[in-house]
Amino acid sequence: MRPIRVLVAKPGLDGHDRGAKVVAAALRDAGMEVIYTGLHQTPEMIATAAVQEDADVIGLSILSGAHMTLIPRVRQLVEAQGRDDILITGGGIIPREDMDALQAQGIGRLFGPGTPTTELVDYIKDWFASREARDTAKSGT
Amino acid sequence: MLAPVEKLLKDFDAGTTFALARAVSIVENQRPGVDDILASMHPRLGKARRIGITGPPGAGKSTITNLLTREFRNAGLTVGIVCVDPTSPFTGGALLGDRVRMESIALDDGVFIRSMATRGSLGGLASTTREVADVLDGFGYDRVIIETVGVGQSELDVARTADSTVVVLVPESGDSIQTLKAGVMEIADIFVVNKADRPGADRLRNDVELMLGLRRGASYGNMPAHHGVDLKRAMNPARAAREDAKLESPDKWTPPVLSSIAAKGEGIKEIAESLDRHFGYLERSGELRQRRRERMVERVVEVVEKRMRQRILDADTVAWVKGRVDELESGSVTPYVVADDLLKKFGHLVTGATK
Repeated sequence: MRPIRVLVAKPGLDGHDRGAKVVAAALRDAGMEVIYTGLHQTPEMIATAAVQEDADVIGLSILSGAHMTLIPRVRQLVEAQGRDDILITGGGIIPREDMDALQAQGIGRLFGPGTPTTELVDYIKDWFASREARDTAKSGT
Repeated sequence: MLAPVEKLLKDFDAGTTFALARAVSIVENQRPGVDDILASMHPRLGKARRIGITGPPGAGKSTITNLLTREFRNAGLTVGIVCVDPTSPFTGGALLGDRVRMESIALDDGVFIRSMATRGSLGGLASTTREVADVLDGFGYDRVIIETVGVGQSELDVARTADSTVVVLVPESGDSIQTLKAGVMEIADIFVVNKADRPGADRLRNDVELMLGLRRGASYGNMPAHHGVDLKRAMNPARAAREDAKLESPDKWTPPVLSSIAAKGEGIKEIAESLDRHFGYLERSGELRQRRRERMVERVVEVVEKRMRQRILDADTVAWVKGRVDELESGSVTPYVVADDLLKKFGHLVTGATK
């Protein structure tokens, strides 16, 4: 099976990238190909990179409180470029009710501080396996 | 042809980024449709100039790639970039971080950046980087930049993939003995000493030029006699190489040794100019056509090797080999005999015949 490609990005203006780096390293150690784009990314930059890299998953780290704007914007931009099959997940300081609201819009699970990295690794692997299974069933091979 | 691949190629021809990205993935992962995609690329190849950027980790390859791309964009050229980073041999994962240095071109419509992991390949590129470069060429980019992993001394795949190879060094890259060693130092069409504001940059430049001069034969031993010989050149091979690098000679190319401070954007224009001069040389001398023809032959040989291996070494034949391990252990047969027996027994599989 091919490696899962994950784009890890930090949108917005806060400069705290430790969490994003920890997650990037954990996903790498779980056998994924992690494209790390660095700090202060605009949603446009993230969407462009995700499409060019043909990423399966976008992982967003947001600690600035702007998640209700930034996350749906990224999703809208990747979908506009034909990528409606991408999982958008992430984490940061995000209140429970916002997580629920975003998930209701079709965003993947969001993780708060203190989540063991194994939890997100498993989440991404499970999501990927079920998408592959669906694709295989669809193409009838 | 598979229907989804047909649709993909149609979107590809229409210039959709999504289709390009997906085509690259299919080629990278050797998924069904890869042969159709590469076949459709083949007649369009050769439009792009392929530029390889290699050098040790942290030398500034990504930064130089970023700035060169801006230089090309200012000249109205479109640019496709493949940057390769290593895959972990332990977990199979990879952290691809070259985009971090390429922020200023990230939103440019005329630029496409793709990160690749080596996935076990040891030559400084991934095993399918060349095919991915073909896809970028076929899409119509004017320049295709291939950035290798941070290399040591012997990762030379890029030289077989690019038309022009730029080797980026830094003052810490070593002393004059390092410049004399075989390997990376031999594949450069252009040398760049980056971080040239650090101590030792001039010395390194001189060491590289000295090496080039010696390689060209500018030393006493190769002088027929002192009459009519420019002794200044003979006594100073570095200077001879420096002068030769400026010549627009149609039949020989001496790599120029350039200095840059990429973090401040200095020296990039000169790299772009040297790349133009090198390409001009390749065209004038006929070397471009010759190199590209040789590569086509190499490519066929590689594909043959790969297919033969795929067809003949499957679970059944490997099990057959395992069945003879007792004989091998006791010493009654040699590995060579077993290999020949295998080829005799299963050789017909190579042509695609069934068991």
